[in-house]
Amino acid sequence: MSEGATEDLVTGIVVPVSIQYDYTAGEAASRFLAHIPEKRLVGQRHGDTGLVYVPPRGSDPADGEPTEQDVELGDKGIITTFCVVNVPFAGQAVECPYVCAQVLLDGADIPFQALIQEADVEAIHAGMRIEAVWVDDDDLAPTLESIRYFRPTGEPDADPASYKDHM
Amino acid sequence: MREVAVVSFAQAPNVRRDSDRNEVEILMPVLHEVRQKVGLDRSDIDFVVHGSTDFQAGMPFSFVAALDAYGAWPPINESHVEMDGAWALYEAWVKIQTGEVDTALVFAYGKGSPGDLPDVMRLQLDPYLLYPLGVDPVGLAALQARAFLDSTDHTEADMAAVAVRDRKNGTSNPCAQVVGDFTVEELLSEPPFVAPLRRHDCPPISDGASAVILAADGRARDLVPSPAWIRGIDHRIEAAPLGNRDLTVSASTRIAAEKAGASGDFDIAELHAPFTHQSIILEEVLGIDSSTASVNPSGGALCANPLMVAGLTRVGEAAQRILDGAAGRALAHATSGACLQQNLVCVLEGDG
Amino acid sequence: MTEHSFTAPHVIAYDYTRSLGPVLSHFVTGLRDGKVKGMRTSTGKVFVPPTEFDPDTYEDLGPDSLVDVADSGVVTSWAWVSDPRPYHPFDRPFAWALVRLDGADTPLVHAVDAGSAEAISTGMRVRARWASERSGSILDIECFEPEGAQ
Repeated sequence: MSEGATEDLVTGIVVPVSIQYDYTAGEAASRFLAHIPEKRLVGQRHGDTGLVYVPPRGSDPADGEPTEQDVELGDKGIITTFCVVNVPFAGQAVECPYVCAQVLLDGADIPFQALIQEADVEAIHAGMRIEAVWVDDDDLAPTLESIRYFRPTGEPDADPASYKDHM
Repeated sequence: MREVAVVSFAQAPNVRRDSDRNEVEILMPVLHEVRQKVGLDRSDIDFVVHGSTDFQAGMPFSFVAALDAYGAWPPINESHVEMDGAWALYEAWVKIQTGEVDTALVFAYGKGSPGDLPDVMRLQLDPYLLYPLGVDPVGLAALQARAFLDSTDHTEADMAAVAVRDRKNGTSNPCAQVVGDFTVEELLSEPPFVAPLRRHDCPPISDGASAVILAADGRARDLVPSPAWIRGIDHRIEAAPLGNRDLTVSASTRIAAEKAGASGDFDIAELHAPFTHQSIILEEVLGIDSSTASVNPSGGALCANPLMVAGLTRVGEAAQRILDGAAGRALAHATSGACLQQNLVCVLEGDG
Repeated sequence: MTEHSFTAPHVIAYDYTRSLGPVLSHFVTGLRDGKVKGMRTSTGKVFVPPTEFDPDTYEDLGPDSLVDVADSGVVTSWAWVSDPRPYHPFDRPFAWALVRLDGADTPLVHAVDAGSAEAISTGMRVRARWASERSGSILDIECFEPEGAQ
């Protein structure tokens, strides 16, 4: 090509994409979320012997059976594993360093990820007992954002044997 | 080649918006029903494969979460295609041909209601020259319809007649979404939507899910008295740019049909034609004799068109009629992409 | 049991930064410069938009096989959008069209600003309306318009 110097070539384009959704939580997650403004964490299981899932998604992911039974769990549990975040990223809401942990609520069989605060980062460890810190009563809403974070309770650590199958 | 049959089919009722259930909750009863119909436990299923697209759900890796509806512990032999479930069925058929597995559960889900579906579907188009232009699949189908009308003797009344036929058939399908008794005159009195298409020429937006179970050889005979044997299956794709192909015929369907052995008489044909003119194009290229074959007895995609599901449902609806003894030989077709870009043809036969 | 499922708005938005590759780079650069380029293949056929491979021989095709085509041509198919959607290029009724430019053998998809459905037909001549500011994009052609229109 004689015309159009190569250094002048357009070699790329930027294509912005934006799609708006109206997401449906579903029956199971809605049942769970409806209890959040009452500061209640209610898991679900299939049958009397099934595993307890929280937050529930409607099925037992092991066998695909519906989790129809509600199980009251309270807002205390333990840290099963954790990481310390030292690298800031876009949109970060918490100051570094901070701890992100897998939290296993008492009575639940599956941990979920949560922020740990009000604790010395160096002191965080697996088996540590923690509790939910809720937003002010006026701000409670059917969302997990109603839990600001979890913090250590100061209770004795859990026996590793008690959570080795829930890592 | 191993003999492979569809032995079970189940589907969720198709609705415009299931505002109570998420994808997993829509799928769960379908996956239970399709196993219960043939008395198979999860441990009897050797392979699981499904079709869906994350863009429709609006969640990255939603296809992994969808497995919660089936259960994946202990770990299962599993796969996924970002395609209509009919292509998942093709993968399952190939997997059974390898001899590695004897049974397969194939499913598909599509919840079109959370996003603006035509906007979501723009993401399947050429990202360099088409997406930035803002054209959507309805606009492209309308360009195809005009080219079809210009180059053939067919009229908008012929297109309306397809909608009349399919939506009347749909009145006997409890899972269909948009059905009714209409006349061509009534439909032609409607204003244009994206001319030359009127609304009745276009598919509804649907939330839905469906599933089939495939079984090989004697396993199929043990499970049902009249398996729907897959005698031929093939799929072909054409160039993406609209200008590089003849939109008024479907060359890929013609080749897929030849390879699948889709000639001779059929009792029924289930065609995945989301737009009315596409049904006429397909019927002509497939050589379907509508005086002997019942076309779209389920109502087809004009009655319910959950994205990624409607093609698999065509195979399931065709197979169900053989399982019921209502048909001896059936043709099923699935499509994907804009303006019939990719097509799958499946020939099903009973023992008789 | 809750009466209804909770719903929440959810927006997924990101910018894709895409490399155009050896052929589309020249096509898009041409658009920026007010020119339309097509790809001449071994059979002498000219593809617009340009193809990166020869559909008959499957050989790679490079920028050396690009040729200039006209910025006007013929409508080979069209669709009338009477109720534009937010992502469409116009907020007033317009047409989608397949336009085969003079010198090209294949049509490209673009919009035609025809005013009314009565003002467009298969076989009519249209010409590009170039955007006043061009950056290297298919939108450097704002749309096509009936030849002779102002």
